[in-house]
Amino acid sequence: MQRLARCLPLPLLLAGLLAGCAPEGGSGSGVQSAKLSAVQGRGTLICGVDGKLPGFSFVGPDGTYSGLDVDVCRAVAAALFGDPNKVEYRDLNSSERFAALASGEIDLLSRNTTMTLSRDSSGGNALSFAPTVFYDGQGVMTPKASGITTLQGLAGKPICVESGTTTELNLADRMRELNVPYTPLKFQTGDQTYAAYLGGRCVAVTSDRSQLAAKRTSFPQPDDHVLLPDVMSKEPLTPATVNSDAPWADVVRWTVNALFQAEELGLTKANIATKVAEAKANPKLADLRRFLGVEGDFGKQLGLPADFVPKVIAAVGNYGEVFDRNVGPQSPLKLDRGSNKQWKDGGLIYSPPFR
Amino acid sequence: MPPSSSSKLSPPLPPTGDTPPPWWRDRRVVPWLVQAAVGLVVLLVIAFLLGNLVRNLSAAGLLLTWRWLSQPAGFDLAESIVPFDAGMPYWRGLLAGLANTLRAVVGGLVGATVLGTLAGMAAFSSNGLLRGLARVYVEVVRNIPLLLQLVFWYFVVFLTLPNGAAAFQLPGIVLAKSGLYVAGLAEGLRWQGPHLLNGVWQAPVRLSVEFAALLTGLIIYSGAFIAEVVRGGIAAVPKGQWEAASSLGLRWFTTLRRVVLPQALRVILPGLNTQYISLAKNSSLAVAVGFSDLYSVAETTLNQTGRAVEVYLILLGVYLSLDLLISALMNGLNQLVQIRER
Repeated sequence: MQRLARCLPLPLLLAGLLAGCAPEGGSGSGVQSAKLSAVQGRGTLICGVDGKLPGFSFVGPDGTYSGLDVDVCRAVAAALFGDPNKVEYRDLNSSERFAALASGEIDLLSRNTTMTLSRDSSGGNALSFAPTVFYDGQGVMTPKASGITTLQGLAGKPICVESGTTTELNLADRMRELNVPYTPLKFQTGDQTYAAYLGGRCVAVTSDRSQLAAKRTSFPQPDDHVLLPDVMSKEPLTPATVNSDAPWADVVRWTVNALFQAEELGLTKANIATKVAEAKANPKLADLRRFLGVEGDFGKQLGLPADFVPKVIAAVGNYGEVFDRNVGPQSPLKLDRGSNKQWKDGGLIYSPPFR
Repeated sequence: MPPSSSSKLSPPLPPTGDTPPPWWRDRRVVPWLVQAAVGLVVLLVIAFLLGNLVRNLSAAGLLLTWRWLSQPAGFDLAESIVPFDAGMPYWRGLLAGLANTLRAVVGGLVGATVLGTLAGMAAFSSNGLLRGLARVYVEVVRNIPLLLQLVFWYFVVFLTLPNGAAAFQLPGIVLAKSGLYVAGLAEGLRWQGPHLLNGVWQAPVRLSVEFAALLTGLIIYSGAFIAEVVRGGIAAVPKGQWEAASSLGLRWFTTLRRVVLPQALRVILPGLNTQYISLAKNSSLAVAVGFSDLYSVAETTLNQTGRAVEVYLILLGVYLSLDLLISALMNGLNQLVQIRER
C-alpha cells in the first residue's frame, strides 16, 4: 500500500512530477539502489548532454553523438551493460539540466556542468558530483577587430552570456570587483547566445574557455575571434547524479575513476585484451587483477559486472585517449592537456586506489 | 440522493398523519448530508494528494522554503526600471523582472489596441487596396507562431541594423543595433538629443533592441487578433445604421467614429479581454530574445537556488494575478458600456 501510494500518478500536481516513482530494492546484487535497478531493468542509460558543443557533446551528420561528455555516458553504459551504445541522449540547455535530473527524466547529467557548493548541497540543487572530467576556467571572447584586450576594455559594453550558468554569476562578480559597468545580455540557449554575438549585438561573449574554443570552430571565420588572456574563474566540469541515491553515484564515480586509473596503468583500448589475458595468466599481478576484476568482487560491491573495467576501457579507451580524441590533438579543438594531465605529470587527474 | 447504506437500514414505515418524517427522509436534511459526504471525499483526496506531494518533496529534499528569497542574487540585469544590482536579494531581482514584464505588457496592450483597431476598421474601408492590405496582414500574422515571429524580429530585423555612426538617424530619434534612442529631458531639465560618445549612442530615453523586438512582435501578433475582434464587432452593427448615417450626410470616418464604433464596442470588449489576457501571457516569450522579463529572471533564480517548485509557484501566482487583474478591469469597462435597462 505504501508503495502504491507513493507511485500513484499525480498529473494534476506539477510538482508531484518531480518525485521519482521507481520500484525500490536492488536486483539481487546486494546493492540497494532505486536508480541502478531502474536503469538495469530498462536496459538503456538516459544521459543528459548539451548536444551542440563540439568536443564535449555534439550530434554528427549521421545522428550519432560524440565528445568527452558523451564518452562518459558511453563508459557508464559499458560498465552497466557491456555495450557503450545502450545510451539514450537528451539534449538539455543550461536552465533545464537540473530539473531534468531532479525529476528522474535523465539518469546521469554529463553536460559540461561546473561543480559548485550550491549545486552539490542538499539545500541547493542537491546533486552528487562524480570526479571532475575537465578542469576549465571562464574566459571572454571578442572579435579581433574590436581591439579589446582587457576586461576593462569592456566598460559600458554589452556582453552575451547563457542564462542559468556559473559564468553568468562569475561575470557579475568579476565586473563588480573591477568596478567595470557592463550590460549582460542573457539567452536561454547557447545557440541564441552565439547567434547574438555573431550578429554583433554584444562585443564579447563569456563562457568556459573550452566551450569558447569549441564554439569558435563552428564560426564562419574562426580566426576573427580571440580569447582574452584573463581566466575569470575555476570551472571544474563534472558529471552529476541526484544526491538521494548514493549507490548510483558510486557507479558513475568509479567508472570515471576507472578511466583515470587505466591511463595511469597504461591500459588502452588497443592493449586491454592482452592485458586481461596477462592478468589472468599471472597471479602475481594482484593490483592489475583486482582492477580488471580477475580477482576480488569490486564489480559486485558496486552492483556491476565483475569485469566492468575492461568493458569500459574496450569501449572508450582510457582518459587520455578520450581527451585526445575529443578535445586534444586528434580533434579540431586542439586543446592543451593543461591541468587535465595525470597527477604524476603535474596535472589534477587522480584516481583514488582501486582496493 | 440518500446514501445507499441508509436504504438497507430502513425502519418500518413512519405512521401517517402530521408527525414529521424521520431525518433520513427529511428533504431539508438529506441534500446537506450528501453534500457533506461528497465534500469529505474531495477533502480526503486533496489531503492525500498534498500528503503525497509533501512526502515526495521531502524525500527529494525539495520541501518548500522561502528563505532564499532574501539571499543576494549575484546576477546582473541588462535593463531594469527599478534599481537592481547583483548585491540585492532575489526578491528584488524578481520584482525588477516583474516591472520589465509589466512594461512590455502595458506597451503591448496600448500598441496592439491601436494597431488592431486601425486594421479592423480598414476592413470596412471603401478603398479596396486598404481592405486587401488589412486582410493580408491578419491572415499572415495570425497563422505564424509568435515565437517564430519574435525570433524573426530580433535576429533577422533588429540585429541586422547598423551600429554607431551608420545608424538610422531622424531628428530626435536614432535606431541602431544597440537600441532605440529618443530625445528627451536630460539632467538639469535640459533638452537633449541622441549623440555618439566613444562610438556608443547616448540619449535620455533608450529602449534596448531586445525590448523593441519583443514589443514589436507582441503588438503585431496581438494586433492581428484584435483586428478580427474589431472587425466582428463592426460587422455586428446593423447595416441600417450605416445607411441612416450616410443619409444624414455623414462621411465614412465620422459614421464609423460617431455611430458604428460606439455600438460595436459592446461586442468588441469581451473578445478584447481574451486577447489582452493572451498578450500578458505571451510576454513570457521574452526569454527567446534575451529580454530580462519575470520569466527570464525566475529561470536564472531557479538555476542558482535549485528551488524549482517555489519559483514556479511564484510564476504561476504572478501570471494568474496579472491576468485576473486585466480581466477584472475589462469586465468593469464592459459593464460601463452595456445598454442599461430603463
